[in-house]
Amino acid sequence: MYSEKDITHRLIVGFEIHVQLATRTKLFCGCAVEFGAPPNSRTCPVCLGLPGALPVMNRRAFEFSVDTGLALNCAINRLSKWDRKSYYYPDLPKNYQTSQYDLPVACDGFFEFNANGQPRRISILRAHLEEDAGKNIHDTPGCTLVDLNRTGTPLLEIVTLPEIESADDAYAFCTELQRLVTYLGVSHGNMQMGQMRFEPNINVEINAGGETFRTPISEIKNLNSFRSVRGAIEYEYQRQIQDWLADNDYVINDRPNENRGWDDDRGVTVFQRGKEAAHDYRYFPEPDLVPATTEEAWLETRRAKLPMAPLKRRAELVNNLGLNPDDAAVIVSDRATADLFDAAVEAGASPKTLGKHFVNLWAKLAADRDARVCDLGISADRIAELANMVDQDSVSATSAVKVAGAMLDSPDSPMKLAESMGLRAVLDTGETQAWIEQAFAANEQAVRDAAGNPKKAKAAAGFLRGQVMKISAGKANPKLVGALIEARLREQSTQE
Amino acid sequence: MNQSVYDIVTAIGKGETTARAVVAESLAAIAARDAQVRAFVCVDGEGALAAADEVDRRLAAGERVGPLAGVPVAIKDNICTLNLPTTCASRMLEDYTSPYEAGVVERLRSAGAIVVGKTNLDEFAMGSSNENSALFRTVNAWSPDRVAGGSSGGSAVAVAAGMVPCALGSDTGGSIRLPASFNGVVGLKPTYGRVSRYGLVAFGSSLDQIGPITRDARDAAIVLSVIAGDDARDSTNVRGRPFISGIADGETTPDPFSVGVASECFGEGLAGSVRASVEAGIGRLGELGAETVDIRLPHMEYAIACYYIIATAEASSNLARYDGVHYGHRTSRADDIFELYSHSRVEGFGAEVKRRIMLGTYVLSSGYYDAYYKKALQVRTLIRRDFEKAFEKVDVIASPVAPTTAFRVGEKTDDPLAMYLADVYTTSANLAGLPAISIPCGFDEDGMPIGLQLMGRWFEEDRLLAIAHRFLEGTDYNRLSPLCNPAR
Repeated sequence: MYSEKDITHRLIVGFEIHVQLATRTKLFCGCAVEFGAPPNSRTCPVCLGLPGALPVMNRRAFEFSVDTGLALNCAINRLSKWDRKSYYYPDLPKNYQTSQYDLPVACDGFFEFNANGQPRRISILRAHLEEDAGKNIHDTPGCTLVDLNRTGTPLLEIVTLPEIESADDAYAFCTELQRLVTYLGVSHGNMQMGQMRFEPNINVEINAGGETFRTPISEIKNLNSFRSVRGAIEYEYQRQIQDWLADNDYVINDRPNENRGWDDDRGVTVFQRGKEAAHDYRYFPEPDLVPATTEEAWLETRRAKLPMAPLKRRAELVNNLGLNPDDAAVIVSDRATADLFDAAVEAGASPKTLGKHFVNLWAKLAADRDARVCDLGISADRIAELANMVDQDSVSATSAVKVAGAMLDSPDSPMKLAESMGLRAVLDTGETQAWIEQAFAANEQAVRDAAGNPKKAKAAAGFLRGQVMKISAGKANPKLVGALIEARLREQSTQE
Repeated sequence: MNQSVYDIVTAIGKGETTARAVVAESLAAIAARDAQVRAFVCVDGEGALAAADEVDRRLAAGERVGPLAGVPVAIKDNICTLNLPTTCASRMLEDYTSPYEAGVVERLRSAGAIVVGKTNLDEFAMGSSNENSALFRTVNAWSPDRVAGGSSGGSAVAVAAGMVPCALGSDTGGSIRLPASFNGVVGLKPTYGRVSRYGLVAFGSSLDQIGPITRDARDAAIVLSVIAGDDARDSTNVRGRPFISGIADGETTPDPFSVGVASECFGEGLAGSVRASVEAGIGRLGELGAETVDIRLPHMEYAIACYYIIATAEASSNLARYDGVHYGHRTSRADDIFELYSHSRVEGFGAEVKRRIMLGTYVLSSGYYDAYYKKALQVRTLIRRDFEKAFEKVDVIASPVAPTTAFRVGEKTDDPLAMYLADVYTTSANLAGLPAISIPCGFDEDGMPIGLQLMGRWFEEDRLLAIAHRFLEGTDYNRLSPLCNPAR
């Protein structure tokens, strides 16, 4: 038997991700895709699978899939076809799912993301379109109810190769992928509503006694938060190592692969079923649909319309506009906010000041309202104007926060608001000097320290600057205050 | 009633009769004769008369009416109708009424046709005799101890027995043509994609097509011109190719044409009387100016095998939805979901449907897919190519519809393979998607009708119908069955 110190190990993770596409209607009928509607109210003969009903492909869903495939650097199949996947389940009214088997929309791509500041890349095996199933509801004991509102919702299933080697990388991959699909506008990517569901396939390569072992693969079903993705992978990594240490025959091929679920409360994965025999889905070509064909010229127009990927956009903010990478990441976290930022730069404000405002000032106001910066309803012009006011010393940074808050409730220009709030910076030397005299008079000890105590001079000077700002109710210009205090202290020490 | 669709439309148009009178006559014929043949699953006398009155009202008011105004029509009971049940002649759907209407029924109704009832079929259209109906057996209009043919037996018998001038059937492997042939009426399977399948309860989706069963070719053309056409709800419906019939407008002379005859269609198993009549029919085509050309259809011998793999594969999937969960028959003795599924299906389906579901499930199973289903798809391509080649040389291909005339009730019920062979000449048109028509061409020594099959190029129904029209002119091959003879 081996103990933990005898072995080295490596985590291996691949992903299947279901992305709910942001179409108005379902994949094969005209029913609305709507979360939370009364049960079975968004159904028709087609999605109910009634006798004689036939599917018609939603063109928009296909376009969204092609866009995603292109953004994932995939080859788009010129001809992609539909197949039926057979299995019996009450929430699947036809008892087959219309999906794509051997000719998916897209295949053989890759996706780049950053994890802890390091560039990473994962291979995309394929992306195929399929219809979602409905929902079985087990709320009443001894009785299962079926809600088919979700039946036929378009899903894009993205499958990666098993190239991820840490839970952090997995976390970074999932967040960046979510950002990508929302940037593309192909999905709302809302995790709480199940619009993105992650299923990591996890196993561990163990080296012991000069031999290499691989644990059975476990597939964690339906993870719908990034935190649970990380948690499940971390847990599985350790569980599989421990299970192997306890039983060296716990290896792939000797033991079945497993489906497991994530228990969020306990922070553990739970065994669901072994996959002894592969389920026979009896795939065969869907005779009710015609294959979807794409032409190169059409693909080119779609490629040309794709927005810049968030990762690239972030790099441009850092490289071209001189933002620091963390601030850039916050700004590009959603596309509308990034667009707002670009528009504010376009309106003539300094990118660096805008960067500070977006990350500190605006982001905080947005967070207080559980919204994104772009949802605050402030125009790019007004955002740019406030940044310019700060740069031109018309308001202090502190006052800018108050002005920004007021901008949320008033359509007035930030300058007008600053004036009416009495926050317009005072650049008058005489007035500023008067505030300084008032501060010096009230804080004699600090003045002494600042002028003559080398250990405390710096802190004391800072304190005095703060007092002046306070007395001026934020209207004083910090730079002017600093300069005048410095001169006043020099004067003081010469006198002594 | 012995008037044709054309006669009825003309008479109503001229004001010589009313829709009510025509529909009443149809209902009276059903009342008088259906007990002997049992073609109808349900008859909607009240609804039909109300619809007829509406047509008469419109005519009286000078409003526009459609090309089938006042024409009684029967609908095979696997085509969805509002108000009337759609049972597919199965216990599974015995109490099922569709909440929507099939595209073809919408078209018929808006053309002014009057739906008088739904007709019997082999359960879910699976069968060649009508003996697989779970409701009751429809028998031949010419002899009650002979089978009606299937699966559209009820529709063919309803027309042959003069209860309606036209009916809709569906044809997956011969289900329109075979009963048409057995009952001495005209049955047309249109080109795949010609007629919307929306609302046709699927059996073999890549093979199914709805078509008319009528007494003569002109009526078939009139009905086809109503039911054919664009329907965005069926993705396999070929759009932008409306069917415009010359003969419906009185144009009756086909261009000079050539007819192909393949020795593969005259081999073992073909009854002597059928061979004689079909050969005589081909001779008659010659008299009409056709040049006869020998052709080869080398893969025809595999058509039946290929068909029973593809059709059952698709059926096994299409019928998976009948599980007792959402609608249809639900078992009363289930303790869990597995029992709910299995008992509901065991109780709801008949033997032939189960046989085909099992066959289809088997040929799609992993390990067998390549050997059966995939190979069948390849053979299907070869069969299609045979036809492409043949149609470079000839305009139509003539053959028997079936190897025999209507066989005796019960004769083949214990031998499914023998039953399957009734489809030997018809399935290849479905596999290739071609239009094909069954035309009465004579009678055997027992006086049972014989059918001649003509297959045409894709979307050339008009040529088939024009030839059929000329062929039938001056013959009484398509006379009404003796059942309609009041002296009887």
